Amino acid sequence: MTAPTARPKAAAPETAAAAATKAGAELLLDALEEQGVEVIFGYPGGAVLPIYDALYARDTIRHVLVRHEQGAVHAAEGYARSTGKPGVVLVTSGPGATNAVTGLADALLDSIPVVCITGQVARKLIGTDAFQECDTIGITRACTKHNYLVPSAERLSSIVHEAFHVATNGRPGPVLIDIPKDVQFEEAVYVARERAAKRDCVARPPVDRAKIAQAVEMMRRARRPVLYTGGGVVNAGRIACDALRVLARDTGFPVTSTLMGLGAFPASDPKWLGMLGMHGSVEANNAMHDCDLMIAVGARFDDRVTGRLDAFSPDSRKIHIDIDPSSINKNVPVDLAIVGDAGEVMAALLAEWRARAKEDPLDDGRLALWRAQIDEWRAKRCFAYEPSRKVIKPQHAIERLYALTRGRDVYVTTEVGQHQMWAAQFFHFDEPNRWMTSGGLGTMGYGLPAAIGVQAAHPGALVIDIAGDASVQMTLQEMATAVQHRLPIKVFILNNEYLGMVRQWQELLHGGRYSHSYSASLPDFVKLAEAYGAVGLRATTPDELDAKIMEMIACDRPVLFDCVVSKEENVFPMIPSGAAHNEMLLGAVAGDKVSAEGRTLV
Amino acid sequence: MSVGTGSSQSVYPVSPGEETIREAILAVIVDNEPGVLARVVGLISARGYNIESLTVAETDVEKHRSRITIVTRGTPSKVEQIKAQLGRLVPVRRVIDVTAETDALERELALVKIVGKGEQRVEAMRLSGIFRARAVDTTHTSFVFEVTGAREKINAFIDLMRPLGLIEVARTGVLSIRRGPESD
Ligand SMILES: Cc1cc2nc3c(=O)[nH]c(=O)nc-3n(C[C@H](O)[C@H](O)[C@H](O)COP(=O)(O)OP(=O)(O)OC[C@H]3O[C@@H](n4cnc5c(N)ncnc54)[C@H](O)[C@@H]3O)c2cc1C
Ligand SMILES: Cc1ncc(C[n+]2csc(CCOP(=O)(O)OP(=O)(O)O)c2C)c(N)n1
Ligand SMILES: [Mg+2]
Repeated sequence: MTAPTARPKAAAPETAAAAATKAGAELLLDALEEQGVEVIFGYPGGAVLPIYDALYARDTIRHVLVRHEQGAVHAAEGYARSTGKPGVVLVTSGPGATNAVTGLADALLDSIPVVCITGQVARKLIGTDAFQECDTIGITRACTKHNYLVPSAERLSSIVHEAFHVATNGRPGPVLIDIPKDVQFEEAVYVARERAAKRDCVARPPVDRAKIAQAVEMMRRARRPVLYTGGGVVNAGRIACDALRVLARDTGFPVTSTLMGLGAFPASDPKWLGMLGMHGSVEANNAMHDCDLMIAVGARFDDRVTGRLDAFSPDSRKIHIDIDPSSINKNVPVDLAIVGDAGEVMAALLAEWRARAKEDPLDDGRLALWRAQIDEWRAKRCFAYEPSRKVIKPQHAIERLYALTRGRDVYVTTEVGQHQMWAAQFFHFDEPNRWMTSGGLGTMGYGLPAAIGVQAAHPGALVIDIAGDASVQMTLQEMATAVQHRLPIKVFILNNEYLGMVRQWQELLHGGRYSHSYSASLPDFVKLAEAYGAVGLRATTPDELDAKIMEMIACDRPVLFDCVVSKEENVFPMIPSGAAHNEMLLGAVAGDKVSAEGRTLV
Repeated sequence: MSVGTGSSQSVYPVSPGEETIREAILAVIVDNEPGVLARVVGLISARGYNIESLTVAETDVEKHRSRITIVTRGTPSKVEQIKAQLGRLVPVRRVIDVTAETDALERELALVKIVGKGEQRVEAMRLSGIFRARAVDTTHTSFVFEVTGAREKINAFIDLMRPLGLIEVARTGVLSIRRGPESD
């Protein structure tokens, strides 16, 4: 925790010029500018009109007009995840704020830095059921890292600076600033970033030397080690990803990652085990189950990862590196907890590892058996699928998409469902910040607006939303946003005419009773694209797939790609809910594989 | 390769379900700003824990600091989790696990209303003396006693008063502070 600071006060004016007052709306934009904000994703309304008026006169900040406030938050998340900078959202009171809630909950679960500005009714009207009034602070308290109701223009700029600090420091997350309309008109003096008092949320102690020594001691004795990395490594930035690479190289430890951490470690490295968890690889999950030392870095032992908790990696000692003390011992008790930034801690581990290596050399054959075992698991080629010449297999579609976009500046977002898992399995990432997906909340409709945010940050890049026919309809109206702002995103729909992931669970857990999981009355996506003024493409056979994908890549406008795939394909491997890591399902199975208890889990 | 499900090498209990439930008194030092109590209480209740008592008041006017004292119950690992979660809240400055400190003082104040006549009244008066309770309101048919002390003492007082015409109780909830020259 920071040194105790008194309640922030407006800076004392030093010169006549500094004392000049401005309207709250201008103070807000000044603060955003000072924070380096380049783009805002937003939607206007009565309670933010003064802010929009101030925005009209400025050309320093770009505004991307979305078509639904949920889209604004996902776009800001895409912007944030692909740049490492916080994303900024501006929406009106009442329905504007409530529409943003899903996006905020998504950003909270996935630790994405977002600053969301909402308008509020004038101070004297608060609590009177005024027009478009809702208790935004109350509603968003549980889905933001922190939120503020701005009491006066005098406090506004300090609050904005603190909000950016809170959103980006420690474990990142969404922060909301609710600004009553009269505060937007009220005049006050601007408080510069460095003068604003900023509170921290969790203590960030210096890296504990003794624990580093203890960890390296455990690492040097390990014979079956595994590095289990997560979204926290991506959060910690390029330096952390580089530290992970060197640490893996020097120690020779194999690396797996959660869905959220893909790209932090290069998929092309021989030590890469692939993703772990419910739809992870056999080699990753078996390595987790059988290891004698697990080093978790910026990962939170999610239920999608651990499977049955009492059978989770039973014979290992566990080291957990995380910036948030509440992540530690939350689901899985660990033997050694190191609270700190993933990059800093891994750098310290590396230094200690190297220092010891000089004193007493390692026996190099130490990991030989483990490597051989991993190679044996790898040889199972767990992602193999039955190829087809007649219909496009969804896995094949992703494989081709990956092959044909290699060497380009590619960013991938996804919706939620089977296509998301196939994307994680068959699209490979060698760099961080290239993969944007909704992991924690699993929000269908995330991918399209997220792609818009990514494209806004990287205008020249190839940005692809790997989508499902159902998910894409949740935020489809954002196609208009892409067209309006000339953001040439590519929405690649794996169209199986099903709520596929739901259908898969119904097949495996509910006796194949496909209750309401058929995507009936699907629109013609090609015509729909054209209606939006975008480009529509369709591939229905494996033969035409490559040419159509190339056409999509070459197109400089937004594209909706209707990739018609086989309908009843399932995602494998799969650890059913409530099962252990070494009880993976590899292929066609009957409906009795899931325990009664597992069926109650999601 | 061993795929055994044998005993864990972990130094911690593997299944948290076997832990025993304990009571925890947490003192939470917060910036006194609007909504801070809702944040603290919401966090605990959102995770399904019951708050057995709660007190809050500003304790440092200059720094705008308040002290919230919460009594809750949970397994040791759940209590640790609540503490870590509370620590994540921006206005929370410190979380002190009073129950984990052997040298903490604990006090509560209760107002206890007794209605009765004759023998019962005399007995109530006698017992109040033993507990150093003060009669702060007296009529011919009733007393209101003010009693302070640790919760067990207050619980005992209430239990003894019950057959003597106790009709209403108001309690402040627990307050706590460290003994000795050190401060939190
Ligand atoms: C349909 C579906 C299927 C899924 N299947 C799988 C699956 O098979 N496998 C899988 O892995 N996931 C799967 N997920 C995702 C899963 O639900 C979780 O979102 C994911 O596993 C969490 O990833 P994480 O542990 O990396 O945590 P994140 O949510 O990324 O959390 C990051 C952690 O790192 C910490 N941290 C943040 N910043 C830092 C820093 N600077 N330094 C150190 N630590 C930091 C945080 O405190 C937190 O503990 C699936 C999701 C969906 C929707
Ligand atoms: C907003 C929301 N509602 C419901 C769900 C539950 N759900 C998870 S996957 C899925 C089906 C997704 O279908 P589609 O987008 O076509 O993808 P597919 O699984 O077919 O690839 C549903 C309904 C969800 N994740 N999000
Ligand atoms: Mg589908």
